[in-house]
Amino acid sequence: MSDIRNTAPHGEDFEPVPGAQSIDVQGGVGAGHLPPEPLPTEDKSYSQTQLVWRRFLRHRAAMISCAVIVLIVLVAYSSIGVGPIPGWWDKTYLATYDKIGTGSPTLTHPFGQDAIGKDYFAMTMRGTQHSLFIALGIGVLSTILGTLVGALAGYFRGWVDSVLMRMTDVFIVIPLLVIAAVLGKMASSWGIWGLTLILGAVTWTGLARLVRGEVLSLREREFVMAAQAVGTSASRIIVKHILPNAVGVIIVNATLAISSAILLETALSFLGYGVQSPDTSLGLLISQNQNAFATRPWLFWWPGLLILTIALCVNFIGDGLRDAFDPRQTRKD
Amino acid sequence: MLKFILRRVGASVLVLLGASVLMYILVINSGDPLADFRESNDPRAAAQMRSRIAAMGLENPWYERYWDWLKGVGGCFTGQCDLGNSVNGTSVLALTEQAAGSTLRLVTLATLLAIVLGVGLGILTAIRQYSAFDYTVTFGAFLFFALPVFWAAVLLKEFGAIRYNNWIAEGQYAPGTILVIAAVLALALAGLLGGSRRRRLLTGAATFVFVAAVMFVFNMIDWYRNPSFGLVMVVLTSAGAAVLVTALVSGLKNRKALYASLTTVAVGAVIYLVLAIAGVLAEPTWLLLAGLFVLALAISVGIGYFMGGYAKKQVMMITGITGTITSLMVVVDQLIAHWASFLGLKSRPISTIGAETPQFGGGFWESALDKGAQLLLPTLLLALISVATHSRYTRASMLEVMGQDYVRTARSKGLSEREVIVKHAFRNALIPITTIVAFDFAALIGGAVITERVFGWKGMGQLFQQGLNATDPNPVMAFFLVTGVAAVTMNLLADIAYASLDPRIRR
Repeated sequence: MSDIRNTAPHGEDFEPVPGAQSIDVQGGVGAGHLPPEPLPTEDKSYSQTQLVWRRFLRHRAAMISCAVIVLIVLVAYSSIGVGPIPGWWDKTYLATYDKIGTGSPTLTHPFGQDAIGKDYFAMTMRGTQHSLFIALGIGVLSTILGTLVGALAGYFRGWVDSVLMRMTDVFIVIPLLVIAAVLGKMASSWGIWGLTLILGAVTWTGLARLVRGEVLSLREREFVMAAQAVGTSASRIIVKHILPNAVGVIIVNATLAISSAILLETALSFLGYGVQSPDTSLGLLISQNQNAFATRPWLFWWPGLLILTIALCVNFIGDGLRDAFDPRQTRKD
Repeated sequence: MLKFILRRVGASVLVLLGASVLMYILVINSGDPLADFRESNDPRAAAQMRSRIAAMGLENPWYERYWDWLKGVGGCFTGQCDLGNSVNGTSVLALTEQAAGSTLRLVTLATLLAIVLGVGLGILTAIRQYSAFDYTVTFGAFLFFALPVFWAAVLLKEFGAIRYNNWIAEGQYAPGTILVIAAVLALALAGLLGGSRRRRLLTGAATFVFVAAVMFVFNMIDWYRNPSFGLVMVVLTSAGAAVLVTALVSGLKNRKALYASLTTVAVGAVIYLVLAIAGVLAEPTWLLLAGLFVLALAISVGIGYFMGGYAKKQVMMITGITGTITSLMVVVDQLIAHWASFLGLKSRPISTIGAETPQFGGGFWESALDKGAQLLLPTLLLALISVATHSRYTRASMLEVMGQDYVRTARSKGLSEREVIVKHAFRNALIPITTIVAFDFAALIGGAVITERVFGWKGMGQLFQQGLNATDPNPVMAFFLVTGVAAVTMNLLADIAYASLDPRIRR
């Protein structure tokens, strides 16, 4: 996955036309087999980053997902504001209001009201803020940890590798939800920062294994040997030479980590080990309203659909990134 | 090979031990086990607190408490298991025995379903890459990845159980519904079978007419409330399966294989008839059924051995699979035959709470149906998400393999598409899939915590949650023990499967 080099005559900037190519020719496709595509200029070449970026921009599902995510983030943070900064929505998630009818969605309360008359739009937005924040935090933290552990284990091998990988195995043997529940119970009183930190500390294992595998193969390559020969320090080799080549794996898995973190957070809140009432998160909202489906279905639909949309979009972005970083896989996968 | 397995087991046990230490420390530090006494104004609270401190060994340091627990677990090897007591003083071993049964039943069933569906879908989408079918399944897989389990569970409860139960009271489809269902099935099948536009149109039209006609007839004879299957249908479906299995495994050109598998079906039907006349199947036990199944398998493999001709092994596999399917069909027939009396006992068949109906008075088949109806929704829910994973991995793995040179060579030799896919591509694609399946099993047990809670099962998930809420390490550790051992076993099985699939692994 890592050895995408700009060796093809016109760069690797070809997007295969789906379906136009039968799977038989996948094995050894050279650029010559691909349908000719009007290129901007014959002699213009692109850097690796530009190539990836252009391919990503052309991935329709990922682009739509990006737009949706940006929209959700903007609405969630601008509507009820952040902390002391007020938003454009005049109701808060804590106050109760006069109930209009059964509390079903109206113009004043577009998402309806809950059983005691709280504005459900404000509550859902608050929940979305938390879910997004926690998911992003967990994603970033677990990516950093996973990359660090994987890179160290893969580069130094020997006892460092053994120790780190056995440690990873220990974490992997415990089902993620279980260890997350135990830690979540400890951390639930520390607010969402604590929850984010502590969950990030247990979700890095998959990435660590992947990065280790990647680094193991990269460290045997000539450019690493060359760097070692001129006396480059290990930390510089890892940061400057190896990790940039593994960045595809890392970024793709970071997005996937974010989407699974959203689901993890909601699952924990659902079980009661995540965000605690009166504060709220999308999972908690569903948990509180799971029996309201027959009487007040809107309490149930909004948070669920939001979780689904966010997770789906993040997955699609991850898919787009994978295609962008590894165009050879596009034809296969 | 033995050395390889032993080394893996040794490493797994060490990892398990390390993980258990970690879990133990985390759990006993996750809260205050005396919280309920500290809050109470009861004058006896202080005394109760002291007795709990003594019972749980709270004054001991963590390593002593852990060692006590470990000694109890170690006793399992000498036949004296002791997983400690819960806060209330009940033996955790007894609790676990009750809980593990229902959870493992749920998870095993979900895993099997997920493997069959997921791998099947993965192969089909790989073969029909970039077709409408492929895109639909891909989108579906993404959707299931993104689905919060508990949210989907509530939806399933509403649409799969409550509305179905309302509907079954009447048991009639509206004409519009029938047409829509037939149209959807027709589209799916046409997309799946593919071919030229004309062929697809034909497939679609035929499916549409067939499904719609069958459903109208079912409506008329009130089949959904009084279904029957009968010996004829058992024979027909099994024979169809026999032909399909033969076509997939050896190709229909091998007449010996085809005749052997059809003979298996015929023999199965005769045995079924004899058993039915003798009344053995009216009120069987699980043990009897298992025994009969083993017998059926032995007979089928025997048929394969004697009729197999030059490709004995292959034919034995075909007849074995056919025998299994025929036995399944017999069970299905019995279950369907008892559906009406089951409905009489329980007018709302699909329940959303619990693993079995308390004080259910029916016979063997009725209670089997009852358990099945309780299992249906949680299993479906657990399986759906795994199906998404499995189908994606199978698809990627299949496509990877189909691009290899040896597959091209196989095609250029003039092998049939079946041989290329089944023999050259699929076998090699299986290698990475085994790993995923094994990993997934452990994740499924974790996922069962949520599923069990939503569906009100008294399983391992409940044990775990109650233990954690009371900061009581023993039930939580029992949960960990079951999941951990299951995970290690599954990984071991995967390793063995891996080694037998890919000889290069054996070192």
